[in-house]
Amino acid sequence: MARTLSSRRTTHRLAADAGLLVVAAAFVLPLAWVILSSLDTNANLQVKLPDGVTLDNFDAVLTPDITFTPLLNSLLLCGGGTALTVACAALAAYPLSRFRSRFNRPFLLTVLFATCLPITAIMVPVYALFVRVNLIDTMQGTIFFFAASQLPFAIWLMKNFMDGVPKELEEAAWTDGASSLQSLVRIVLPLMGPGVAVVTVFSFVMMWGNFFVPFMLLLTPDQMPASVSINEFFGNRGMVAYGQLAAFSIVYSTPVILLYVLIARRLGGGFALGGAVKG
Amino acid sequence: MTVVTKRPAPGPGREPTTPRPTTHRSQPRHRSLTRALPLSPAVVLLLLFLAGPIAYCAYIAFTDLQLTGQAEDSFVGFDNFRTAFGDEAFLNAVWLTLVFTVISALIGQNTLGLGLALLMQRASKPVRTLTGAIVITAWVLPEVVAGFLLYAFFRREGTLNAILDWLQLPSQNWLFTLPILAVSFANVWRGTAFSMLVYSAALGEIPKEITEAAEVDGAGGRRRLWHITLPMIRRSIGTNLMLITLQTLSVFGLIWVMTRGGPGGRSQTLPLFMYEEAFQKSMIGYGTAVALLLLLVGSLFSVVYLRLLRTEV
Repeated sequence: MARTLSSRRTTHRLAADAGLLVVAAAFVLPLAWVILSSLDTNANLQVKLPDGVTLDNFDAVLTPDITFTPLLNSLLLCGGGTALTVACAALAAYPLSRFRSRFNRPFLLTVLFATCLPITAIMVPVYALFVRVNLIDTMQGTIFFFAASQLPFAIWLMKNFMDGVPKELEEAAWTDGASSLQSLVRIVLPLMGPGVAVVTVFSFVMMWGNFFVPFMLLLTPDQMPASVSINEFFGNRGMVAYGQLAAFSIVYSTPVILLYVLIARRLGGGFALGGAVKG
Repeated sequence: MTVVTKRPAPGPGREPTTPRPTTHRSQPRHRSLTRALPLSPAVVLLLLFLAGPIAYCAYIAFTDLQLTGQAEDSFVGFDNFRTAFGDEAFLNAVWLTLVFTVISALIGQNTLGLGLALLMQRASKPVRTLTGAIVITAWVLPEVVAGFLLYAFFRREGTLNAILDWLQLPSQNWLFTLPILAVSFANVWRGTAFSMLVYSAALGEIPKEITEAAEVDGAGGRRRLWHITLPMIRRSIGTNLMLITLQTLSVFGLIWVMTRGGPGGRSQTLPLFMYEEAFQKSMIGYGTAVALLLLLVGSLFSVVYLRLLRTEV
């Protein structure tokens, strides 16, 4: 009995391995294209071994015009937006997690509701509103909107992480006369370092990859972040240099992949974010 | 996410306040105001940049505002909505949004994500890690980059046709003949990781004894899945379906990069339709009316989602 069970398990494992590998092979093709093409002297749209391995594509792309300015813009937008999001979320999470009030529940439900709203849908009115109040085509306007759109989820995550910090230390600080702000900054936040890291990285990654918001709210080409400027490869430069497009895609994607790896490892496996979303 | 509804506000901070009976009445109110103060930056930001635009959206959906910035936009009542429901392009966009959501989210991402999570439970560790890494990379990539990768994959000269040729199957220009299918598959490629992560977490919570007991009792794989595994993760299934539907409803960049909604509007889902009406045709009022409908559908799903969470308690 035990033997048939264990041999059946082995067959099952092999079948599962085979199934996963088939899916992995299908999923890896587009990724293989971007990596191989970026090294190819003569890249086209197919996955193929490079005609000749070269770093020329990266050389051609790594200029202020094509790469550095858009990346710097991305960094400004997403860095500013993330800083604002995390600061506001940490402040807001503190009373929600620490004090009892009859407003907590409706507030959190509203936040959760806002988390789910399709932000894409409000971009047309946001554009019209920004034109009216002269925030259109400004970095600060875009940063504010980025922060506001990420804030509901950030508050939600931050509050749940904060609930996990025991209050005994804080109570000691309170009796010593520390204010809420002091105990938040000196005691609670340092104790929830990984939680703050998750909120920060998550907000940053979402903003870094966002195309629609800067596409709508910024107009001047000099201010465009990488998510929008990448379309230039198709627009103004005539023939599409696929090798360069691939190289740029890699340069632009690397930061978010590294950041994801950073928090995934810190929280033990890639399942942390899914778990956080689920509960 | 069970946390919010389950705990009646943990309130660790109430101890210092309640045991002081002698304070006069104004103090608790004063204190609760001070305590709520840290909420204010977030509330201001949310009111100005989220609630504001939504309210503005509800207003201009009933006007004939245009991009050219005419000084006076006038109130037109339900005209925009009446136009929409008589507009074939709008109905086409609604239909395509439905097709896109059903194929890519409800069928594609959900089933594939569940399948991957189930297989991962049994597979050997190296294969599991490798597959997980590949699928998650597709998810973490910026939306526009994912769009380009799949554009290259589905183009006439792209990888898919090369493989079909090699297998001696008929190839075709996917982005022209079946654009909605191509963008749906693109969304499956990009979004499956989310469902996979949700289901892996859910499956991990099923006690091992239960499945093992069923196995010893001789329940086959399919019956175990149907009678034990699926019922035990049904809440996660509900949550996941809501969340991926909401994510899929607001996909813009992926489709924009791959097809621009074309050819001839055959992959134009509601967000792309809304964008085109508002900016290429300068009808901000009309575009916003469409946006408001999308927002209403989204709100409906959000409310259902909140109810689902509540029943978890």
